[in-house]
This record gives sequence, structure tokens and C-alpha cells, in this order.
Amino acid sequence: MYVAVKGGERAIDNAHLLLAKQRRGDTAVPELSVDQVREQMPLAVARVMSEGSLYDPQLAALAIKQAAGDLMEAIFLLRAYRTTLPRFGASVALETTQMQLSRRISATFKDLPGGQLLGPTFDYSHRLLDFALLADGEQPGPQVDPQAELSPCPRVLDFLAEEGLMAREVDDGLAVADITREPLDFPASRAQRLQALARGDEGFLLALGYSTQRGYGRNHPFAGEIRIGAVEVWLEPEELGFAVPLGDIEVTECEMVNQFVGGKAIDAQFTRGYGLAFGYAERKAMGMALVDRSLRAAEYAEEVEGPAQQEEFVLMHCDNVEAAGFVSHLKLPHYVDFQSELELIRKLRKQEREQPAAEEQRA
Amino acid sequence: MSAAEKLHLHTDTAQPLFSVRDLTRLYGPEKGCQGVSFDLYPGEVLGIVGESGSGKSTLLSLLSGRCPPDRGAVTYRDTAGNWVDLYSASEAQRRTLLRTEWGFVEQNPRDGLRMGVSAGANIGERLMAQGVRHYGELRAAGIDWLSQVEIDPLRIDDLPRTFSGGMQQRLQIARNLVSSPRLIFMDEPTGGLDVSVQARLLDLLRGLVRELDLAVVIVTHDLAVARLLADRLMVMRRSHVVEAGLTDQILDDPQHPYSQLLVSSVLQP
Amino acid sequence: MNAQAHTQNATEVGYNFAYLDEQTKRMIRRGLLKAVAIPGYQVPFGGREMPLPYGWGTGGMQLTAAILGAEDVLKVIDQGADDTTNAVSIRRFFARTAGVKTTTRTPEATVIQTRHRIPETPLNNDQIMVYQVPIPEPLRFIEPSETETRTMHALEDYGVMHVKLYEDIATFGHIATSYAYPVTVDERYVMDPSPIPKFDNTKLHMSPALMLFGAGREKRLYAVPPYTRVVSLDFEDHPFEIQRWDECCAFCGSEDSYLDELIVDDAGSKRFVCSDTDYCMQRRDLEEEGAQ
Repeated sequence: MYVAVKGGERAIDNAHLLLAKQRRGDTAVPELSVDQVREQMPLAVARVMSEGSLYDPQLAALAIKQAAGDLMEAIFLLRAYRTTLPRFGASVALETTQMQLSRRISATFKDLPGGQLLGPTFDYSHRLLDFALLADGEQPGPQVDPQAELSPCPRVLDFLAEEGLMAREVDDGLAVADITREPLDFPASRAQRLQALARGDEGFLLALGYSTQRGYGRNHPFAGEIRIGAVEVWLEPEELGFAVPLGDIEVTECEMVNQFVGGKAIDAQFTRGYGLAFGYAERKAMGMALVDRSLRAAEYAEEVEGPAQQEEFVLMHCDNVEAAGFVSHLKLPHYVDFQSELELIRKLRKQEREQPAAEEQRA
Repeated sequence: MSAAEKLHLHTDTAQPLFSVRDLTRLYGPEKGCQGVSFDLYPGEVLGIVGESGSGKSTLLSLLSGRCPPDRGAVTYRDTAGNWVDLYSASEAQRRTLLRTEWGFVEQNPRDGLRMGVSAGANIGERLMAQGVRHYGELRAAGIDWLSQVEIDPLRIDDLPRTFSGGMQQRLQIARNLVSSPRLIFMDEPTGGLDVSVQARLLDLLRGLVRELDLAVVIVTHDLAVARLLADRLMVMRRSHVVEAGLTDQILDDPQHPYSQLLVSSVLQP
Repeated sequence: MNAQAHTQNATEVGYNFAYLDEQTKRMIRRGLLKAVAIPGYQVPFGGREMPLPYGWGTGGMQLTAAILGAEDVLKVIDQGADDTTNAVSIRRFFARTAGVKTTTRTPEATVIQTRHRIPETPLNNDQIMVYQVPIPEPLRFIEPSETETRTMHALEDYGVMHVKLYEDIATFGHIATSYAYPVTVDERYVMDPSPIPKFDNTKLHMSPALMLFGAGREKRLYAVPPYTRVVSLDFEDHPFEIQRWDECCAFCGSEDSYLDELIVDDAGSKRFVCSDTDYCMQRRDLEEEGAQ
């Protein structure tokens, strides 16, 4: 006797228990703490905050633990949480010029005021697995000079702008759309594009940026300046009428110097691409800057040659929460739709077998 | 009846179908087109000739509603007799015109066809857009038009990919003509085709234009094409129209030094 | 513990009724009003991230959350069944966050959220159907660009939809679309009715219920108000046809419901049963009563 599929509820409950077990792993091993994730996996935390669109290292660390290390799942958790948060207002624009720098480099000038500040970076490391890390132990810290002062580090692209070689970014004072409140519209404004890119998947943007370097819409990029450090966030509540500081956040900022343009009305000048991410996230900021510049093709009357320059393609597919959702939805039951297809194909095959003569004629 | 007599007849008895005044769009000094004016009458074929970079493609885009001018006007008299200013009209009106009363034959047939659907579907699309909902009728129209453009009607279900370049071009023509347009734009329709294939296509076009009384604006760098199809010519050079007039007159007795150069450099058979 | 008792005991603390905040619900309802005023037209809305992944019903859920009231009775189905895992998951979600009564019986429900089927039981004027939609744009597979499809809808430039149907007939001898079959709503907009089998398309026409469609990932919603003309695209000489089976339901004997095919043994024997589990059960109950 056929029994209709029941017990779905119990199956789901058990699936969740199994997941918890998988997440915990071998109970002989000490449990991972959220603090450990927050402190010792800052780069994972950074990514989850950027793509989750929420600056909260503790919550991001919790999400990473809950997601058993699956960063996209963690990003999803943070996004879903963000939906429930009340919105008080928008901050004053961040003053990254005032950043408390922990890293600052430029590939466009060998030396510059403030110098090349390497900060903590993988760049010059040799990618050899460090088996010493298998054992817990203290790491020797950097040598510290208590008298050292940070020289002022003016922005590289401002130097170029002073000379008239770089188009300045201008604040047109218009209201800024918020893509998490209103759906994206095409053609999108630059603000909307940058918002989408900031929360876009690092891998996708990296690949697109890479494609431009390989010729799919090349725009001759140079890393003008990359800055990583703490910036203050200020808010101007209506009731006060003046801005108040809320605290610091760590951000990574990248400005690319790109292909220059010139025409009948404008002198030749460099163009730029911009990238910004929470925490320590250089690769993301660089990829974002490359794609930002590519998407400005229309502004500079450039021919659209590659996918990185196609606004609809990039912006509709860069969100990994949307992408993962839709791809994974294929796991949902589709047996009714499949049934329709089965039936159709059977019908067609039946027709073909019953009309061999007609087929001969057509060939 | 000679072209001249035809022209005379039109000036006396008919209104222009298409009217252009001081049409201008420049991308740089002498790049684009400027100050173009003419009237086109029903059934008349206007050729725009010149070397590459002369501005003829820009002009064609402006005329066909694809690109707004910096200055000037393009007006069209529709079947109801109303004059439509192309760039004051809405996008909707322009698109409707291009689907019904106008046609556009692209230089590369891949740009003017749906390569992924059959010849029959390509031809039927305009009819479907106009609300024809009978499959049998659509198929009959497809078969009819394939014959008219000299493609074997048995190929109605074949994809354009399987057609030769010349056949694709003829399919493109059929796709445009099925809605009985009054004005067709053609962008180097014979470009990229073999000489013998070109000849066949031109013959076909000439026949269809006469039979259907089509007004045509055809851009070409090939004077032989111009001679065969066009009643009148405009010679363009570096964004300007340097000479305009009856085809035979310009080709047999060019006045402007550039026209003379153009004509003299055509290889004599 | 059955679903209903469960809801009374465990409404999630710390969340607003039905999860979304009131502003968001208001925004969605404004969108819905617009959608009802322009049947079949896709209204963009500021969709929020939900605790379920995109593609798993977030659009439907946002619509349900926006219209749900404390007195409503909610039914959730997926592929016609109340106990497929995702239907269970979504019903639980609303039980936890809204504490509303839930049911598996179609006649008892005031709001029915569905994935890929319309119930066999005829709906009434007091019921609202909320459909989960993956791709709201019927032209999407012919024209990938959103700017272009938006223009096509605005200009009623639908020739290309019939091109697809023509091509099917030329290739297969008949139209090859079996689900998500495009329809014209109120003689104006072409709409994707969501991936319901074409079998269900006729239920949309002049239905007394309000039909709401939500696409969360694509951030579009649309509606078919009660008693609206909904006509499936076809040709005069190739009219729209629904699926038919040679078999009837192995449980209730129904000859006019949509049947699922089940493989019951290693030899590949097949059995056909109603996809709408509630409808099937109702019929069986009636039969039993009749027999007594």
C-alpha cells in the first residue's frame, strides 16, 4: 500500500541536528569560539562583513562559526540579519584622507610623500606551508620604534588632479539611491553600481577584472594608491543639527589610474576606478576598482568589448547570495515541471516513430 | 520612362514621402555629417555614395531613427498622410515605424536576422508583431516570400546559418518586405558578396523596388550598385554633401572634383 | 505535535509579526496595489533578504508577509503537496514569526502560498493565491536584456513571443512549452504565470480569487485581479491544449486532476497519483463517507 510522503517535518529537524554535529566535528577537539574566529581569522571576517553589507566583526565571526566556515553561507546569514535592523540614517561620507593608516602603497610612483608603508601583507611571503603553525605557540612580533611618527600621506591621485592630469570626482549633491531599499534600475547610476560592486562576490569581480587585463575591454590600469586603516564614522542626526562620531571602522580603499581620454572638448587626462571594502580586503578592493572603471565605458564613449563593461551582465550576476540561492534552488523538487517535460518528450518520440514516411520526405 | 521624367512626374503630382532639412551630427571636425537636406518621393531610390569615413553611415543612422542629430529635422509622411517629425516622436512611434512602414537591410545579414530561428519564423515575425495569429497563413506568407526572393521554399524550416551569404541577404530582404513597407534603408547590401552573387541580388532588388514602388535610401561605396539601383545620388566627402543630382548625370558628367575622382577611379570592365 | 498546536506555542520573540518590519510591508503593499491596477505588469519592488535563500520562495514569502493578518489561515504547497520539505519549511516560518493558523485544506485557507501548482479545488472570492516566481520575465529567454524587455512590454512589442511558438510548431509539430506557459492578461500584458504546468493555466482565467506573484531575487511583483481575462498564447490553427492522461489517480480515481508519475518497483512500474495531495484526500474522504 503506497503511503504518501510524510514525515517531512521530522526529516528536516534531523537534518538540522546532523548539521550541528558536522559543524562541531570531533568532540575531543576543543570547540571553536566566536572570539577566536574574530581575532584569528580577520580576513574571513572582513569578507563576510563587506559582502554581508554589515560592519560587525563579532556577528560576522558568529556567522562564520554557524556556517561551519562556508563564507557565502555566512554572508547570507549576515544579510538576513541586516534585513531586520532599523535604519537610522546615512553617515557623513567617510574621510579616507584622514585614515589612520596601517598600510599604504602606490605602484605609480617609486617614492612619494609618506612613503610606501607595507603594513601586514602576504605580498612578499613565500607560499610555503608553515608547519610550525600546526603547533600552537607565540609569534615574535614586529620591531617597534616608540618614537616613530607617521608622515602625512596625501592622496596620490590628488597630485595628478592638481596637475590637471586626473579627472576629479565631483559630488553632484543629489540624493544617493540605496539598492537595498529600491531595486536596481538600468541604466544604473555610478553610486548604485559601486554599491552593488561593494557587496558583490569577490571571485566574480576578480575574474572580471582579470578578463579586462587580458584584453576583454582593456583600460590600462595602474594601482594608483591602496590604503588600509581605520576611519571614523560620523552621523548627523536631524535633532542635533551637527555631526557626532560613532566610532572607527577598518576599510581598504583602492584607486586605480586608468586609460586616459581626450577629445574635442577635453584635454587628455587619466581616468580612475574605485574600490572600497570593510576590513583588510585588498584583492576585493582592486577587483572592484577594475570593474568600476570598466563599467564607466559609456562615460568615456568606449566600445563595449567584454563582459566586464556590460552593466546589466555585471550587476545582475555579482551578488553571490542571489546567485547561490538560484543555483541551489535546483535542489528543490521540480517533479511537476519535469513531469510535463517527460510527457512532451514521450509524445514527440511517439510521433516520430509513427511517421517515418513523413520524416523521409523532409530529409 | 527615364528617371528624369519620373522625377518630373513626382514633383508635379505627388508630395514627398520623406523630408530632411539641415541634418547634422558631428563627432569631430569633418567627422559625421552636416547640413544634409533632401526630399524623397514615393518609389524613388536615393543613393548615398562616398568613401569610408565620408559620413554616409552616420547619415543613414540619423535618417532611420537610430541616432538623434545635433541639429536639423527628419520628417516622414505616414500612410494616413500625417507628417511625423522623427525625433519629436516617441521611441514607441519610431520602433513601430521601423517594424511596419519602414525596412532596414543591414550590411551584415547576421545583424538583420534572427540566426537562431528558421527562415519562416524570420519572415513571419513582422506579421506576428502585427497580430497575425494563424500558423498556416504565416507559413504561406513565408513560402510566398521565399519564392519572391528566389530562395527554394523547401528551405522554410532551415536556420539562416545554413544559408549562403547571398541567401541570407535575400532572406533579410524578405523579412523586411513582408510588412509592405513604403521606405527601405539599405546599408551596403551587397558588401562582402561575390560579384556574381551581387549581380543576382541587385537584379532582384531592382525588380522588387519597381514592382512594389518602394522608396529607398541606399548607402554604398560601389558606384556600379548606385548606377543600377539609384535614381538620384548624393556624393559625400568628409561629412559634406559635395554633389547631388540624377544618377546618370553625376556618373557621366561629374562636376565636383571629388566626384570626378570617384568616378574616374572605378575600374572599367 | 501537529502544525497548528505548534504555532500557538512558539511564536518567535524579537521579530515583528510575519518577520518583515511594517515599513517594508507597506512598501510591498503599495507595489501590490499598483500591480492590481495594471494586471500582468511587473512592478519593481525593494525586495529584502529573507532567511531562506533566493530561489526558494523569498518573493512569495515577502508578499505573504505583507498581506498576512492575525486572523488569516495559511496554506503552503510545493508541487501541489503540503508536506514537501520546502512547503513545510515555509509554513513553519510563518507559524514561528506570525503565529497564524495554518491548514492543509484548501477550502479553509484564506491565503495560499504555492510553488508551481494551482490547487484543483476551485477557489473563492475570499482567497488570495501567492505564487513563487523564479523568472518573472516571459521574454527573458528570447531577450536577455532587461532594458530591452521593459521597452518591449511598454510598446506591446510581443511579436517575438509568437516567433518562439511558430518555431516550436515548425520543429515539433506543436507548441513545446509545457510549464510556465505565457499568457496575455486583460488583453494587454504578456505574463509568465510562474512554472505551473500549462494544465493549470485555465484556472487563472476569470478566477474569483486574487492572484499575486512574487519574484524575490529579481525583485518584481505582479498580479491578476479577480475575474480577469487570462488567455494562453497560441495560434488560431494550433489552439492551446492542456495535458491529459490515459490513467486516473490510483488513490481517488480522479480523471481531471494533474497526476504525478511514481516509479514503484525495480522493474520500473509506474503509478499515477494526484499531485494535489489535499484534493486527493478530500475525494477519498468523500468516497468513504459515501460508502458508509
